Amino acid sequence: MSKYSMHLLVCGGTGCHSSESDAIVCNLRDELEAKGLTDNVQVILTGCFGFCEKGPIVKVMPDNTFYVQVKPEDAQTIVEEHVIKGRKVTRLLYKDPVSKEPVSDSKHMGFFKKQLRIVLRNCGFINPENIDEYIARDGYMALGKVLSEMTPEDTIKVIKDSGQRGRGGAGFPTGLKWELARKNQSDEKYVVCNADEGDPGAFMDRSVLEGDPHSVLEAMAICGYSIGASNGLIYVRAEYPLAIHRLQVAIKQAREYGLLGNNIMGTGFNFDINLRFGAGAFVCGEETALIHSMEGLRGEPTVKPPFPAESGFRSKPTNVNNVETLAAIPVIILKGAKWYSSIGTEKSKGTKVFALAGKINNVGLIEVPMGTTLREVVFEIGGGIRNGKKFKGVQTGGPSGGCLSEKHLDIPIDYDNLIAAGSIMGSGGMIILDEDDCMVSMAKFYLDFTVEESCGKCAPCRIGNKRLNELLGQICEGKGTIEDLDRLKNMSNVIKDTALCGLGQTSPNPVLSMMENYREEFVAHVVDKKCPAGHCRSLMEYVINPDNCVGCTACARVCPVGAIKGERKETHKIDPSICIKCGSCKEKCKFDAIFIR
Amino acid sequence: METIKLTIDNKEIEVPKGTTIYQAAKMLGIDIPTLCYMHLDDMNIENKPAGCRICVVEVNGRKNLPPSCSTDCQNGMVVKTHTTRVLNARRTVMEFILSDHPKDCLVCSKSGNCDLQAMAHRLGIREIPGQEYAAVSTYRKDTSPSIIRDLDKCILCRRCETMCNTVQTVGALSAVNRGFMATVAPAFEENLEYSPCTYCGQCVAVCPTGALTEVNHIPQVLRALADPTKTVVVQTAPAVRVALGEEFGMKPGSIVTGKLAAALRALGFDYVFDTDFAADLTIMEEGTELLDRLGRYLKGDKSARIPILTSCCPGWVNFFEYYFPDLKDVPSTAKSPQQMFGAIAKSYFADKIGVNRKDMVVVSIMPCLAKKYECQRDEFSVDNNPDVDYSISTRELAAFIKQANIDVNSLDDEDFDNPLGESTGAAVIFGTTGGVIEAACRTAYEIYTGKKLAKIDFTELRGMEGVRSATIDFNGLPLNIGIAHGLGNARKLLDDVRAGKSQFHAIEVMACPGGCVGGGGQPLHHGDSEVLKARAAALYTEDKNKPLRKSHENPFIIKLYEEFLGKPNSEKAHHLLHTHYFDRKEKIIIKH
Repeated sequence: MSKYSMHLLVCGGTGCHSSESDAIVCNLRDELEAKGLTDNVQVILTGCFGFCEKGPIVKVMPDNTFYVQVKPEDAQTIVEEHVIKGRKVTRLLYKDPVSKEPVSDSKHMGFFKKQLRIVLRNCGFINPENIDEYIARDGYMALGKVLSEMTPEDTIKVIKDSGQRGRGGAGFPTGLKWELARKNQSDEKYVVCNADEGDPGAFMDRSVLEGDPHSVLEAMAICGYSIGASNGLIYVRAEYPLAIHRLQVAIKQAREYGLLGNNIMGTGFNFDINLRFGAGAFVCGEETALIHSMEGLRGEPTVKPPFPAESGFRSKPTNVNNVETLAAIPVIILKGAKWYSSIGTEKSKGTKVFALAGKINNVGLIEVPMGTTLREVVFEIGGGIRNGKKFKGVQTGGPSGGCLSEKHLDIPIDYDNLIAAGSIMGSGGMIILDEDDCMVSMAKFYLDFTVEESCGKCAPCRIGNKRLNELLGQICEGKGTIEDLDRLKNMSNVIKDTALCGLGQTSPNPVLSMMENYREEFVAHVVDKKCPAGHCRSLMEYVINPDNCVGCTACARVCPVGAIKGERKETHKIDPSICIKCGSCKEKCKFDAIFIR
Repeated sequence: METIKLTIDNKEIEVPKGTTIYQAAKMLGIDIPTLCYMHLDDMNIENKPAGCRICVVEVNGRKNLPPSCSTDCQNGMVVKTHTTRVLNARRTVMEFILSDHPKDCLVCSKSGNCDLQAMAHRLGIREIPGQEYAAVSTYRKDTSPSIIRDLDKCILCRRCETMCNTVQTVGALSAVNRGFMATVAPAFEENLEYSPCTYCGQCVAVCPTGALTEVNHIPQVLRALADPTKTVVVQTAPAVRVALGEEFGMKPGSIVTGKLAAALRALGFDYVFDTDFAADLTIMEEGTELLDRLGRYLKGDKSARIPILTSCCPGWVNFFEYYFPDLKDVPSTAKSPQQMFGAIAKSYFADKIGVNRKDMVVVSIMPCLAKKYECQRDEFSVDNNPDVDYSISTRELAAFIKQANIDVNSLDDEDFDNPLGESTGAAVIFGTTGGVIEAACRTAYEIYTGKKLAKIDFTELRGMEGVRSATIDFNGLPLNIGIAHGLGNARKLLDDVRAGKSQFHAIEVMACPGGCVGGGGQPLHHGDSEVLKARAAALYTEDKNKPLRKSHENPFIIKLYEEFLGKPNSEKAHHLLHTHYFDRKEKIIIKH
């Protein structure tokens, strides 16, 4: 067996994979072979590093060199310069967005400095398609410990004491959920992994499945042992082909190693896992809808109780946990409840993975201890707002969450603080908005999503959300009245009060939180008929400032509808009745003469 | 039994564990409004998708408003059913529902009988905000031989789905599409005609709005009545006479046989006959077939299929033709009373009055929507002239009577015409579950044993349980009888027959829960099973009051055999009164 002195870790997550990281791996291997270095240097295709903004990523170990936006043709340079001559390739190094200086060790990158990676511990570090690498990182040790040293009750107690809460959105205590499933007697029980990640912009579950599938399998087996189940099912959306592939590989390998199947580790415990594919309906993330979908029925929720712990898949007691919840379980078992509960805030323990997106410099996946402030996430890890624009808000919890404003920047992020601030944790999507974003349009944007994804079973969600969406559209078009704001609020509250499942009960959150935090902007739309962010077309008027206009005719020539009139070298005028507000004239004008009123 | 104590609207109540808030409130006389919830007591039919969200209530300690229909009572619960918050939520949700509903109440066939309209009135909705820009979901209209689907009016209560899938196990209807465009339709949004639909009409019977209605055949009937060259003959089914009164303000179970005959005569029908006559004829044919098959079976004839299944219900025929085509030689070959009537009317009776069958129009009044499809079947026509031209439902007849300015309440009782109007009590009870087999037993017993029945009432065959069985002593021969109403129950018995496990000699099946009294063409029961029970009881009363109560004693039936048919199951009887069955999936779905 070779002893490698250097490892080249190439990101094989979906993002980097689509930017040809496979070709980078091939080229690196070819180069190493050509130079006769294959015994000394190993190239590994790993899961996601999280820093998707700058992908594809190549990380060189042991010196933590972090190369970004690598192209397949850079392989030669990396091998010749870094591997052979020991000189870092400066042009490929990550550059600090503020100092513009290249950062030679990834430990010094702002993006990683404040992170604490428990769930993502193996993502970007091991080859997810090689079970040995997982085992080398203490993989399946927790399962071994549980099966040989602990009773199911002991195991549940550890999870309960750790204070872990479900990462799927609602934050229900994991240990308690397991305990309920254990208490219900039945000849058959099921462990279900909810991998129906659906929040737009959130991809932590996908990254875990792609980067560290065994951690989920191991956790499911631990859960099966704890609640008394011998069957596990992973409900994963069919749009995640890479995650599905890696899960299939992982399940096959685990079975070959006797870590899944009958008589695991010779203890007499039987547990196996199968996959169920979802068609990508957001509502199927709701556990009763998910179970119906797995049963081949229409993916729509039913009233709880009965909870799945009582009557779930095939009417048997079923424990449904989210991917991120499960991925932390083996570590909690090995390091103990005390260790885990020392991380985080009083009522929210451990770490949380967030997907940063929107108008932020470092778009990607991060994992931080609960209690980290929004400011740290946005300005330190996230590297601040893009293009030097002003921070306006951050939408947490995806379309079911709320939008937090500048005044919330210093609250420590945890389940309860987010709810108190009018939002939710959700699955951990964070979309950062800047001064150019119109809050009325954003609220409508999120409702576009919920309207599309409602299953249609209950009237408030099926029709109410549509009506909310339409009314927001009216406001964006300048047809709203101040009374409409009251109507928006009333409809939102009624939908929250009466909708059947979590989807409908949370769908008005963006509207309510944005009306609460940015009321003046809503008022501007309905009273002044203005969009302060300059986003709503119907509320804009393009005007030419005669002081700046030199009569160059460039605007008139570019106007697609002939709305601009004026003689050469004379001040031009825009006819608002013809203007379609496409903005071409403003873009074309070299004299800053065209402005929006 | 464990009980739960709670408070609803400041009133304390103790209820059995598992009682919902809605049910508990009802016990206190608090009628929480709902649009989707439906529960037919004692019939095992319940629909509670918790989808309309009208029945929401406020419960102390709960942050949202739970639906009372599907929230179980818990100890110490404090429930309020009409707080400002609840009333506002109910009204707002109702406004949502109305905003996505056509506003053509004035011309809707359900107007005046529509749960949605009644609810809008009850909640005092006087305007629907945002009408100017609110989108309305629209769908393709679908007309099948019996049922019209106008899904623009669907409010997704899912009652039809419960009836079609859970109760009837037909599986023609289920929710399709998502969100605002969600609706209920056959798979792939195919037309009902090309689905497994049996036209039992139970979806129509429970639809709270005008989304599911019957095909209206009144205009065709009017045209025939106005045509001087046509002799128009009408027949009316047993279950109609105990339900029609409801449409004219009478209480369920009112018997209006005499007024019905009078009204039909007033409408201008040339001959007012009774399907009950044909029901007696059915017993003669089916009873004889039963005894013949049974006799051969007891002698060890392997070709004699036992049990024999009744075949007078067209929804049931459609069902086994679709789901059990391998068993199509098991049911009796006897036509339904409607079709026997048509065949005799257009042969024996037409000859008698010297009218060509092409100049005779036979109209049937039926509690049923499947009858509309049945009379259109190819095998029930001669040279493209159907034995029964039009079948109209009890509801359609009521509308027709109202249009013709006839005040049913003030009509004097009249009799049916002869010769096809005379019937026995045995025929009357065809309209309820267990009735056909009881009628058959009365005749078969006397023919088989050669003895007079000591007790005409076979009470052991009566009742409302979905599947029933009884053993009748035929003078030493124990005859095992099975009864099922509702196609889901029928499926259970059929599965046993298919598996060779059935212990029955004869099985009666009615597609609709309760039998014809609960037919898809009857006045709407609005979720009250007491209505169905009252209608069934009325049929037994009518039977009891008849001078003749056994089909073979009907003098006009005896005469019909003497003058025309010869004897039961004769070649002529076979030609006119018996039929054959198809593999419906093969014939309709696959060909399509």
